[in-house]
Amino acid sequence: MHGRPRKSTMQEDPIAAAALAAKSARLRELLPQLLHFHHNRIYTKEAVSVSSELLKINPEMYTGWNYRKLAFQHNLKEVSDTDTIKSAVEDELRMVQVALEINTKSYGAWYHRKWILGQKLVPANFDHEFRLLDKLLEGDARNFHGWNYRRFIARLKDVSEEEELEFTWKKIKSDFSNYSAWHNRSVLLSKLLRKKAKGFQEEGNIVPGEFEKVRDALFTDPSDQSGWFYHLCLLQQTSTPPKPYVVSSWPFDKSTIEISSQFKEKCEKFPIIFCFNQKVDGVSLATVTVNSKLVSGQHITWKPLSANNSRKSKIWLAFLEIFNENYENSEPLSVEISVQNIVHLNFVIKLSYTDHQGKNGDGLEQLFSWDCPEKCRNLQETSPDFVYFDRWRVSYEDVEEDAKCHLVTLSAEIKHIKELLLEWDESKFGKLTLARLLGAQNSVKSGGRSYFEETLKLYDDLIKLDAPHSNYYREERSLVLLDQLTSSKVSLVKCCNRCENSSYSYINPQLCIHFSGLNLSRVGFVGRLLWVQILDLSHNNLTSISGLEALQLLVCLNLSHNQIMSFTALEPIKCLQSLKVLDLSFNEIGSHPVDTTWYLCSSPLSNTCNVTEIMEEVARENIQIWDFWEAILLLKSLQLVQLDLQGNPVTNEPFRVLVEKVNPSLKWLDGKPVS
Amino acid sequence: MAEIPTSDYPTIDPTSFDLIVSGTGLSASLLAAAASVAGKSVLHIDPNSFYGSHFSSLPLPSFLSYISSASSSPNLYSDVETSSESLPEPSRSFLVDLVGPRLLYCSDETVDLLLRSGASHHVEFKSVDSSLVYWDGKLCSVPDSRQAIFKDKSLGLAEKSQMMKFFKLVQSHIALTRSGTTVESGEEAGVMIPEEDLEMPFVEFLKKQRLPPKIRALVLYAIAMADYEQDNGDSCKMVVSTREGIETISLYTSSIGRFANAIGAFIYPMYGHGELPQAFCRCAAVKGALYVLRMPVIDILTDMESNKYIGVRLASGQEIFSSQLVLDPSYEIPASLSPRENIVSSNLSSYVARGVCITNRSLELNSANILLVFPPKSLHQEQLTAVRALQISANVAVCPSGFFIVHLSTPCEDAALGKEYITSAMKALFNSRELPAESVEAQTKEEGESVEAPTQEEGETKPTLLWSCAFVQELREASYDGAASICPMPDANLDFRNILSTTRKLFQNMYPGEEFIPQNSAPDNIDDDADEGSPE
Repeated sequence: MHGRPRKSTMQEDPIAAAALAAKSARLRELLPQLLHFHHNRIYTKEAVSVSSELLKINPEMYTGWNYRKLAFQHNLKEVSDTDTIKSAVEDELRMVQVALEINTKSYGAWYHRKWILGQKLVPANFDHEFRLLDKLLEGDARNFHGWNYRRFIARLKDVSEEEELEFTWKKIKSDFSNYSAWHNRSVLLSKLLRKKAKGFQEEGNIVPGEFEKVRDALFTDPSDQSGWFYHLCLLQQTSTPPKPYVVSSWPFDKSTIEISSQFKEKCEKFPIIFCFNQKVDGVSLATVTVNSKLVSGQHITWKPLSANNSRKSKIWLAFLEIFNENYENSEPLSVEISVQNIVHLNFVIKLSYTDHQGKNGDGLEQLFSWDCPEKCRNLQETSPDFVYFDRWRVSYEDVEEDAKCHLVTLSAEIKHIKELLLEWDESKFGKLTLARLLGAQNSVKSGGRSYFEETLKLYDDLIKLDAPHSNYYREERSLVLLDQLTSSKVSLVKCCNRCENSSYSYINPQLCIHFSGLNLSRVGFVGRLLWVQILDLSHNNLTSISGLEALQLLVCLNLSHNQIMSFTALEPIKCLQSLKVLDLSFNEIGSHPVDTTWYLCSSPLSNTCNVTEIMEEVARENIQIWDFWEAILLLKSLQLVQLDLQGNPVTNEPFRVLVEKVNPSLKWLDGKPVS
Repeated sequence: MAEIPTSDYPTIDPTSFDLIVSGTGLSASLLAAAASVAGKSVLHIDPNSFYGSHFSSLPLPSFLSYISSASSSPNLYSDVETSSESLPEPSRSFLVDLVGPRLLYCSDETVDLLLRSGASHHVEFKSVDSSLVYWDGKLCSVPDSRQAIFKDKSLGLAEKSQMMKFFKLVQSHIALTRSGTTVESGEEAGVMIPEEDLEMPFVEFLKKQRLPPKIRALVLYAIAMADYEQDNGDSCKMVVSTREGIETISLYTSSIGRFANAIGAFIYPMYGHGELPQAFCRCAAVKGALYVLRMPVIDILTDMESNKYIGVRLASGQEIFSSQLVLDPSYEIPASLSPRENIVSSNLSSYVARGVCITNRSLELNSANILLVFPPKSLHQEQLTAVRALQISANVAVCPSGFFIVHLSTPCEDAALGKEYITSAMKALFNSRELPAESVEAQTKEEGESVEAPTQEEGETKPTLLWSCAFVQELREASYDGAASICPMPDANLDFRNILSTTRKLFQNMYPGEEFIPQNSAPDNIDDDADEGSPE
């Protein structure tokens, strides 16, 4: 790890093998004895000494340590004599030390030591503990147990963070490849900055000095990862604003939303979305006030939008219900929203009766076509309708102030890393860091076209230079590309066309965004796309669509010709309640049972969605439902009208039957009408 | 080592040996040890009462009388000049190397030989704490390792990168050379320096790597230990080739970390370099060599007819015969003996100027033993050779605690010029206490008051020179005539590598086909009775 090859631990020495055999024989003898004492709660001296012997042979035997804890507690229960307690504590500590001499990386032993000292029965001999640590960290400077224990002891003794910070520097000075020391430094530094300790009040005074310190390491050997990790931590320190703020919303401030009465028969839910710069929790009626005739009497619930049911999210969502009676009143309805009196939002909802002619029903009876004629692409002429660009940016004064300070540091760092790349033109960490620095700078102050070109070039270089990590670089490149495409009206217009047969949704106007054939492997900048109803992401390299859950207005989504391997990878779609048309053709769904990038995917046992009925029904059709439960869970939570699954390994006849069963609303499957 | 009147000489029995060695310098002692290990009968004698000859470490008064007395070695030492008659006291506690400044690389062949012969049981070493270079009138540390480059305060960021890149290139070249990869020349295997680059002057190679002048100087003079200004092109006396430069760096880097308790690349023997020849003499003695001190050779015996060497007449009058003879460089070989063949040596200078200083403070805080290099032109524009200095301290038992000995040397052709370099290096490092009061006054009057402030300021940072001595030593090369060999004088180098290879050649001439101190020639029981057969 961190560029150091691991040494082989294989031993082929016959003497060592014999010793090992003798050890395991003794271990087999001792283990039943220990378990016997443990179960029968025998804590005599002889019994405890069995555990000592056993732990000396195998310090990893955690039952042994647990037994000792019980014995220790039992034997000291009625003792009040300080000397006895002291000697008992010392005995335990000595035992742990012996075990640690055998294996410095025994979790059980370290934990036992912490447990003993944590009891605070007698004043700890801190000098001894620090001496022990010094010895350990001299032998193996990157033993993370040692560093962990040091943090524990420092906290127990109440050693100041400043002192510990000094210690990390001492360790780095003797070996700048000591990742553990750099890491501990980053932890201590961010703590000191967070609590604004004396001398650490001003981030702008401290961080540049730290950048300077790590720079020596980077310039000396940029192939060493340790310094770069610290650099990344400093970069995060400089690019993260101290408090969360709203970056975009839907609807936009001062906008007028036209809602067609297409669906006037139904009660409509009108989404309101906030996108924050970082994950937040606690968005509720207490923090957000909504003022409108429309909402009087309504109970508004704010919900974090995340595919993995986290309580924290960047995206928060609430629905306003538009009742039928509202349609009766043709006056525009104004809505005022404010978030903790910082962000104020005003928008007007206009209800229009204009019925589109020549269409039957809700317009989705016809197969949706993603092909758009060239003439539709040209939007410049019709731009007056086109209200949604340039509105997403929300700015605040104190954020700007903070940003100014960061900008100085970032520009200085960019200059230095460029110098580094002049010397080490092949340094992958250097290029990646430069790309990140430029990105951080761009997020504060738009770098314009040259920023995008420079950063895209860096990622292109990295993909070639460091093939094993090319997936990561491709994802980062995708984000830069999406940033570029969504950064201005001019660039976004080029990806946009107006849907003439605009009766797929109730919100006007209906624009289709085309991000197809861009080699995207990740979705990003969704905050700028909250208004999008028709999105074409076909012909990319997407394996995951994480982020799309924010696009609450989405009606039509094209994901064809990507590399999506399972239904779990489509988890974010479950949040898209208005989705009607989904094209998943020519992916790899079914080639991989579970998308391992989703750790918290729903299981057939999760009760977020009642599927028992459908399961039973499907089972009657003689279909192996257990092969398809992911598909059932996904499709059941949507009301799709059109679905295309052609060209996926999962597609076969029983599956088609299943899809039709699960989706009674489905009118088109794989481009053919459902009977 | 007490000087006892040498009236009655012992009688030596037997009177015939395979080899007679006179003089106990390093080369001579190595030859005695090597011949003994090879099973030859050896008589090793020395006219002096101490071991080491021109390689010994002597108490300050003895050192002075050794280099000053005309009788000891006419013409070998000249231009002796001391700062004052009165020696710092206790003068006999200062052990001064005749060969200084000198060090061993941890991966040096000398160290291997010490281990192989068992001589390492008789010497202990201490490491050199720090390596400095004199640049722009200041002492800077030599960034000789990854960690040192990281810590260095004087290098700019770009310079750190350039230095490290160069080290990486050299390391990859060394690694590939060692593993002997001619077959697998894959891309991942790293980079090897092409053959034509190895042949070019090292300085040109460094320029080709686009290293700035300061780093070139650091690499050339403080790491590759070049003696002569390399930037002069054709007029340079001894151009270091890339191959040689890389070899030295390879030795340097492999030396760092060879021994767990050695800090840097260099080690210095406790009690001075005089311990080394003594240690080899002990090895020879263990293998049966006979030792007699205070026994000068007064005549060389030749066969009347063939005029070939047959033996020596000792000061005792006794005649001893042998087939081979090794002599100290101070002996003048009678011209009557057959024509001599010089053992090739790369040293072109004929002299080396040396200096010895005694001070009361270290050149650098928290370091006791320090290597210091003055690259050419660092002292003044006309300086053509590098001056090397070595500060050693009480921790290697060469002086009382609180004192430091600083050895200096530079090769030269013109004795006066060499000594001038040595004195200006001393001036750059130390404040002179010996400056007479009136001359200080004269200076201040002449140059006005403006000079006062800086002088005082410097006075606080520089150690004070308590005593100093400068002298010039002739470089005499080894020679061989079939039966009688002459050992080389100590050379101008920092290490013993050249002396060693010359000695090896002498041995091969004497005993073709015999291995020079083969592996495992140390006696098995050396640990139990190391003192048995000791030459004392």
